[in-house]
Amino acid sequence: MATLQLREAIHEAMVEEMDRDANVFLMGEEVADYNGAYKVSEGMLERFGETRVIDTPISENGFAGLGLGAAMNGLRPIIEFMTWNFAFVAMDQIVNNAAKIRYMSGGQFSFPIVFRGPNGAAGQLAATHNTSVEALYSCFPGLKVISISNPDDAKGLLKSAIRDDDPVVFLESEFMYGMRGEVSEAEDYTIPIGKARIAREGDAVTIIGHNKSYWRAMEAAAMLEADGYHAEVIDPRTIRPFDWETVIGSVKKTNRCVVVDESNPFASVAAEVTFQIQHRAFDYLDAPVSRITAKDTPAPYAKNLMAYYLPSAEDVYRACKDVMYVS
Amino acid sequence: MAIAVEMPKMTDTMQEGVLVAWLVEEGSTIAAGDVIAQVETDKATMDVEAYDDGVLLKRVAEEGDALPIGSLIAVLGKAGEDVSDVLKEYDGAPSVVAAPEEVAQAPAVAQEAPKASTDDTGRVKASPLARRMAKDHGLNLGQLAGSGPEGRIIKRDIASALSARPAPTSVRVPGTREYTSVRITQMRKAIARRLAESKFTSPHFYLTVDVAMERCVEARRAINRRQEERGASGISYNDFVTKACATALAQHAAVNSSYDAESGEIRQYGYVDIGIAVALEEGLVTPVVRDADQKSFLEIAAETSALATKARNRQLTPDEMAGSTFTTSNLGMFGIESFTAIINPPNAAILAIGAIRDVPVVENGQVVAGKRMHLTLSCDHRAVDGATGARFLSAVQGYLEEPLTLFV
Repeated sequence: MATLQLREAIHEAMVEEMDRDANVFLMGEEVADYNGAYKVSEGMLERFGETRVIDTPISENGFAGLGLGAAMNGLRPIIEFMTWNFAFVAMDQIVNNAAKIRYMSGGQFSFPIVFRGPNGAAGQLAATHNTSVEALYSCFPGLKVISISNPDDAKGLLKSAIRDDDPVVFLESEFMYGMRGEVSEAEDYTIPIGKARIAREGDAVTIIGHNKSYWRAMEAAAMLEADGYHAEVIDPRTIRPFDWETVIGSVKKTNRCVVVDESNPFASVAAEVTFQIQHRAFDYLDAPVSRITAKDTPAPYAKNLMAYYLPSAEDVYRACKDVMYVS
Repeated sequence: MAIAVEMPKMTDTMQEGVLVAWLVEEGSTIAAGDVIAQVETDKATMDVEAYDDGVLLKRVAEEGDALPIGSLIAVLGKAGEDVSDVLKEYDGAPSVVAAPEEVAQAPAVAQEAPKASTDDTGRVKASPLARRMAKDHGLNLGQLAGSGPEGRIIKRDIASALSARPAPTSVRVPGTREYTSVRITQMRKAIARRLAESKFTSPHFYLTVDVAMERCVEARRAINRRQEERGASGISYNDFVTKACATALAQHAAVNSSYDAESGEIRQYGYVDIGIAVALEEGLVTPVVRDADQKSFLEIAAETSALATKARNRQLTPDEMAGSTFTTSNLGMFGIESFTAIINPPNAAILAIGAIRDVPVVENGQVVAGKRMHLTLSCDHRAVDGATGARFLSAVQGYLEEPLTLFV
């Protein structure tokens, strides 16, 4: 195992795939000359040259469409959005073209393309720069959506995403780029898309969390452990297709579940997961499924309000105790 | 040094307890007052609380162990602390050695009173899991109390109801001569001890009357019609008998008494506390309606119904079962016409109540349809003579045949 920062794990995944397949290229704002807004693509221009590591103007709709055209014609683009907040202007390309043209062309065209970049809250950047988009892209059949919580999953899943013949929305986190973690050194390390990871096993309650929310789940599980309760924590890793089997199996064992999701609550990933659990495991539930999400407002700017707005480990811990009927 | 946790004395008559369930894992941190285990005593299943803060280092007793009071059941202490000293101290000396006084003074802990699990429309509130478990095990949710929010029946309520059930008997295989060994519960031991003591030491004699119940039937119908209009619950024939006994007992102190050989006295009680036998799957209990002679019909009915529900959920506290001055036992709902009951010590008498029968009776030389009910009084001849018992029973009969007299 090597200890890498999240940004280094993503970098390794891209470099390895570009070494392996000459059709893979990287395009986005500041990815080349500047070495990436978060230094994820550091040294890649030098290594692969300006035909494979391409700086774009500030024109998300344009370069997302350019990427789709390249993918339709056999290349495998990686499109970096400086943040997913900026990709809203490219939604027509992602939602109407990437997600639907394979279906509408009867399979004549496919889009082996990855759209990647940081998602979700990133500190005091105010409402327009703190959006969580996983629920949004997950509502469109035709897109795969991955949201990673650690360097190992980032590397294994990004390599799988680049090799996938369908468009993948790959969600990272500004807060986590510097986070270190052990990464497998196995040759050609990939993690299959659509498989959740049981991060810790337990029998008292199932806590589900992806991306940063996974860490709130783990912190709450540690607090519960101190009280003598063994929580099971699941990181879904892939939002679409979702690994229902793992989650439902766990809930059938623990009989209770808390979903953690830093998105706004309405029609969130947490909402869908909660629906599926009550639908598929109704007779196994001893308490209503609970969720902890961001508050139902745009993200605030003030530091104290931002802390209140986002799910905290304490919130998750309390929700777990509620569904366990212990106070 | 690590702290010993002993089998506490939870009721006055408790000699041993069965540790039915551990609620805390080894290695867990607990605070004084936390419930760590459940113990079945001769009267009820009760929670064992920790008296100290610490980490549960070792669970010495296994689930299912029957242990005398004062036995070591667990060791508390700091994480990683050595428990061998404590184990050595208790080794080979499991019974009454350690500080029985202190333990005896520890308050018995009753379970928190459960809330009703039904809403106004009678729908039972239960988690989906609890519903499925109840269905799988043939439990009637309507007879359980829920410990979840708003009285919701949840997994742990089903689990405790199941653990209170007797072990299922094995399927009979023709031709084999095997038997199933059923553990004698603490409740059954208590029944065996007390009733054998009663039957073998107090000389029983029996008096039977056949009570004309037509007026009680009318009175009950009238009362319950009014109750129904008000959306309130009704009263039962048993409540009439309780009320009649209470009124008669207040006037017949010799029957409302106990024979105490040890102190050499007969105690005639200046109050009327009536024990009512409630059948459970695993035995029977007798919750007590206090000062029944001072209470109205509706008060007696509501109290009896609440106590019976608690009894079926095994949630009666020992206090609620102790200290009756007289007891009634009713098998009428099983169609039993008459029977004799064993006196519930230290009472001097018990009344066995039979079913109300539709029978032809002769009135003014004419055979007409009548309603009759047998009452059989068992008396302890040491305290109650035949004529004394007969006068009392005749008074009870009189009240039931003219129930209006109970309202004056």
